[in-house]
Amino acid sequence: MNTPLAGKRPKTLSLKENYALLTRGLGWDTTYEPMDKVFPQDKFEGIKIHDWNKWEDPFRLTMDAYWKYQGEKERKLYAIVDAFQQNNGQFNVSDARYINTLKLFLTGVSPLEYGAHRGFAMAGRNFRGAGAGIAAQMQAIDELRHAQTQAHTISHYNKFFNGLHDYTHMFDRVWYLSVPKSYFEDAMTAGPFEFVTAISFSFEYVLTNLLFMPFMSGAAFNGDMATVTFGFSAQSDESRHMTLGLEGVKFILEQDPDNIPIVQRWLDKWFWRGYRLLTLVAMMMDYMLPKRVMSWGEAWEMYFEQNGGALFNDLSRYGIRLPKYHEVAAKEKDRLSHEAWATFYNYTHAAGFHTWLPEASEMKWLAEKYPMTFDKLYRPRFEFWREQQQKGRRFYNKTLPMLCQVCQVPTFFTEPDDPAKICHRESDYRDNKFHFCSDGCKDIFDHEPEKYVQSWLPVNQIYQGNCFRPGADPTVPGFDPLLEVLHYYGFHVGEDGGEFQDSPDCKNWERWTGKPGAAA
Amino acid sequence: MSVVALRPGYTGEIKDRVENFHGKQLLFVSWEDHLMYCSPMCIPVPPDLPFGALTAEIIPGLYVAHPDTAKIEWPRVVWLRSSQIFTPDPAKSLTDNGLGHKALLRFRTPGLNGLNGSGS
Repeated sequence: MNTPLAGKRPKTLSLKENYALLTRGLGWDTTYEPMDKVFPQDKFEGIKIHDWNKWEDPFRLTMDAYWKYQGEKERKLYAIVDAFQQNNGQFNVSDARYINTLKLFLTGVSPLEYGAHRGFAMAGRNFRGAGAGIAAQMQAIDELRHAQTQAHTISHYNKFFNGLHDYTHMFDRVWYLSVPKSYFEDAMTAGPFEFVTAISFSFEYVLTNLLFMPFMSGAAFNGDMATVTFGFSAQSDESRHMTLGLEGVKFILEQDPDNIPIVQRWLDKWFWRGYRLLTLVAMMMDYMLPKRVMSWGEAWEMYFEQNGGALFNDLSRYGIRLPKYHEVAAKEKDRLSHEAWATFYNYTHAAGFHTWLPEASEMKWLAEKYPMTFDKLYRPRFEFWREQQQKGRRFYNKTLPMLCQVCQVPTFFTEPDDPAKICHRESDYRDNKFHFCSDGCKDIFDHEPEKYVQSWLPVNQIYQGNCFRPGADPTVPGFDPLLEVLHYYGFHVGEDGGEFQDSPDCKNWERWTGKPGAAA
Repeated sequence: MSVVALRPGYTGEIKDRVENFHGKQLLFVSWEDHLMYCSPMCIPVPPDLPFGALTAEIIPGLYVAHPDTAKIEWPRVVWLRSSQIFTPDPAKSLTDNGLGHKALLRFRTPGLNGLNGSGS
């Protein structure tokens, strides 16, 4: 440490000098080993970088400032979480159905925060430019913080509600959680440039408003202040992440014209993969929030068609166009949430959260928001299901669904130009057949089949006998394979999944709060 | 280029090869205009299963809760292997009917179009 001399002010560095020393100043060109051996992963994707010094970090954040800001955020966050716990804030949410939104987010998205931590740590190691490396490393720490704050929220809600007791175990096994898991693992197993294009740009810059906005404003609308708090704390980092995404992609595009077609292909791919992941958000917005913020269709128009359209307009000067199949997403916006909710209604007995039928007032809202599709295509099935439920025959689909080889979602999506016909696409490769939900997923497979032939598809794995607990014996008389799979998932059968009306969560809520489980 | 990888010649393991299914193969079944059953279903079947067993027992069992199931007139059903129309021989095996591992079997039931004709 420098001890200032008596009578002399210590010399301080300007912000610019400080930034330069603590980022670029930390890098050097190696001499004992060639740089290509030290950074073996930043060339195989075909991206050409001529001058890493052109990397601009608009935030100019250095580690010392970073620790200070993040420490302050943590203190505020945990003060609010403590207050929430002491005041039993979990009982102030709109009604007990809302908790299922949270279960979906905390089991499906929170593990992605940890995945992002790992991914950015690897990207930080693999970029040979110190500016890019340090920006990625800071984001890696942010993501670890987000995973941790969300784990504390899980811990609190887990004391009162079912389905949250073992989210990391479930994430690696459960059929619908393989959708976010495979999405992130696809990005992490690509090279560092594809990873940042996928996660920092396509996901955090282009699509994040469709993930965080609906969940966090949905939480605020429904009285869930614990989620609002971790949401805001994370969002304050997101603006930095979004900028990393935008600046990163511009940097790659400006370095060499050969980079443009590679980046365009990644934008096409990761738009489509991200959009398929957002199917879960669509159904959350239209069906799972007791108090709705806006419809999925409206959110798609505002956040993708308008804002995203303007962004891609700006990028056109680099030779970048709107992602392929954006027009398919526009055609699907009136059906996505309904098809997805119907699917979870089919299979909720094998899920870690509950589903239910929309009440009459909610069906009215859906019909108003989706005048072209709801009454014609979806109301009849909900009404039939309600009749069955009233007769004590709640409908469950007892046969496992076909899954898309790429996005791993059950192939329930319909033809772009016919919302009443399932969309089937397939490819033959190495004497095997592969099936897809869409042209978007088929294109991704056809470009890199050696990657996607390895997909761990939960349904196919069950039929191979790989989803039983150790020691389970399928030859014992009366062996119930699907029940065994639920045990392998770590579910508490009869508590975590199934119809909301019949759930212990609903009964507990009524007992503890004196309010109806479903308040609509 | 079938994959972008660090090592040239990288290949992946096909996870769903037929050998992994203990003597069975996967069959995907999709009943058009009956989307109350949200997506095509996936079932393991022996490759020598006669096609007739699908219509006699297996398919009605898959769609047991649908009110149209009991009304299906099997001789009128239009069958598709993926997107190609074909006429199955009920006495022959799935294999002999051209339905191999991971085949997609779609069918249409003229006159039966789901709950109140809604396609559900």
